[in-house]
Amino acid sequence: MVVTVGWYVALSVALFTVGALGVLLRRNALIIFMSIELMLNSANLLLVAFAREYGDLNGQILVFFVLTVAAAEVAVGLALVVVIFRRRKSINIDDMRLMKG
Amino acid sequence: MFAAPTLNLWVITPLIILTVWAIILMFIDLFIPAGKKQWTGWLTLVGLIPALALTLMQWGQTGGAFIAEGGQPMVVVDNFATFLNTLYLLTGILAVFISVSYIRDAGLERGEYYFLMLFSIVGMMLMGMANDLILIFLALELLSIPLYILSGFDTGSDTSEESALKYFLLGAFSSAFFLFGIALTYGATGTTSLPVILDTISLDDPLALAALGMLLVGFAFKVGAVPFHMWTPDVYEGAPTSVVAFMSIGAKVAGFAALMRVLGQGFPMWGELWQPAIVVISALTMIVGNFAAVRQQNIKRMLAYSGIANAGYILIGVAASATDPEAISASLYYMLAYLFTNIGAFAVVIAVEKLDGQKGLLVEDYKGLAKRHLLLSLALAYFMFSLVGIPLTGGFTAKFYVFGAGVTAGLYWLVVIGAITSVVSAFYYLRPVLYAFMYEGPAVARVSRGLMFVLVVAVFATLVFGIFPGPWYELASQATFGNVATFVAGG
Repeated sequence: MVVTVGWYVALSVALFTVGALGVLLRRNALIIFMSIELMLNSANLLLVAFAREYGDLNGQILVFFVLTVAAAEVAVGLALVVVIFRRRKSINIDDMRLMKG
Repeated sequence: MFAAPTLNLWVITPLIILTVWAIILMFIDLFIPAGKKQWTGWLTLVGLIPALALTLMQWGQTGGAFIAEGGQPMVVVDNFATFLNTLYLLTGILAVFISVSYIRDAGLERGEYYFLMLFSIVGMMLMGMANDLILIFLALELLSIPLYILSGFDTGSDTSEESALKYFLLGAFSSAFFLFGIALTYGATGTTSLPVILDTISLDDPLALAALGMLLVGFAFKVGAVPFHMWTPDVYEGAPTSVVAFMSIGAKVAGFAALMRVLGQGFPMWGELWQPAIVVISALTMIVGNFAAVRQQNIKRMLAYSGIANAGYILIGVAASATDPEAISASLYYMLAYLFTNIGAFAVVIAVEKLDGQKGLLVEDYKGLAKRHLLLSLALAYFMFSLVGIPLTGGFTAKFYVFGAGVTAGLYWLVVIGAITSVVSAFYYLRPVLYAFMYEGPAVARVSRGLMFVLVVAVFATLVFGIFPGPWYELASQATFGNVATFVAGG
């Protein structure tokens, strides 16, 4: 069986959906964050698959940029999670309701 | 193997100045003792003002930087980008004047504040100048990540931390949608360069359709349009007020800048396809934003919903641009007028805010303000009139042009919704004014010299836009996209 680019598209759409559902359904800030990473990586998979399909390097280079940006986001996001956990002993986003209206 | 790309660094000189100065400032900040950090703030202007001067000199010029052999540039400068860059730099300069006394009085005085702001401005400028989806993604992150940190800058406050985490999670979530949209666009066309997308995309490709949808979701999050606006009120309420004043303009305008360029230069021939989507988002945004603002007690939350509603008005111009590309200028003029009105309104909020424990942020806290601070109350009234859209204010002329663009494009019912929701908005905008003038109360305010400067500039600008809108609208109508051929050739 030849694995065509369609399979990669299907896989990355599935991963993206899992990630998006994780963001919407889970309540732990860390798990939500991991789900977002899953979404970013599903896009990376799609980029690499298409870059191979087209024989074009741009898609693969974009993946490197995305990885770098994701690392920067991790640095900021984990710092925020740690600060909040220290004070509240919880990172459940349902507990974060100081503000409403 | 590869030919060296043409650099054309003059295109990005303002960005180079800001980035280099932000890095130098990090080192200078090490030698500025705690308690004197206002110097870092004032030194920020050393980068911002030359960048503004260079940006103004770029008016009328068109060119592209980083052009691969036979390819399209990554970064372009045209009047559209120059116009928006001027807006970000003005916002940045005014935000420095607002911030210096605010963060000192709030006990947040740390130098990081200022160079994070500089980096964020670089990201905003790149949003409007990017000619390639890769660069739009990077610009989006460069503008957002410093703002996540700035929202949580008040590390002693639960609400500030909470707002930063919410902003971060939803911002990253929307970036993921945007990136997936980029990946699908790449799949449909084999390129990420906007002009090449225009040439290669085919109308009946389901991948391309999904890509456009994903990109729209990402942008709608960034500009705070309904149904992707949920983060805005919480972030605005919790984040330090000076940060909110900065990002409520900068981040929103940057989101619109990239949205306009992607729709206008990447997908213009799909106008009849994306116009209905933008029309629906615009209508929902105006309705939800204005009606939700009515029941807000906290003035920062109220201004957050007001910002959502204003995104709806700006979107009228974007929707109209599907059939009439000139309509973009109405939206650009709207953002120019909104900048000064909004930063003025936030300056009043900062003056009234008491920094011990988030007091003075309720609408009721404005009771009796006019007794002790007549001029400040008059300024508040003027900004609120401008936000409602009462004649002789910048807000009125802005709405006038946007509604005019909507009518020209035949979007009658959208303009009707805009007019009706503007009437509704008078309810909540005029409440603090009413409290300030008609009620007795203990409201006090402190107006530092920086705030005074911002208030005077904002009142003056709003007045000028209200009385002589012509020349400024003329400028906005010259702020068009550059011709793709001139990006490569220069001109």
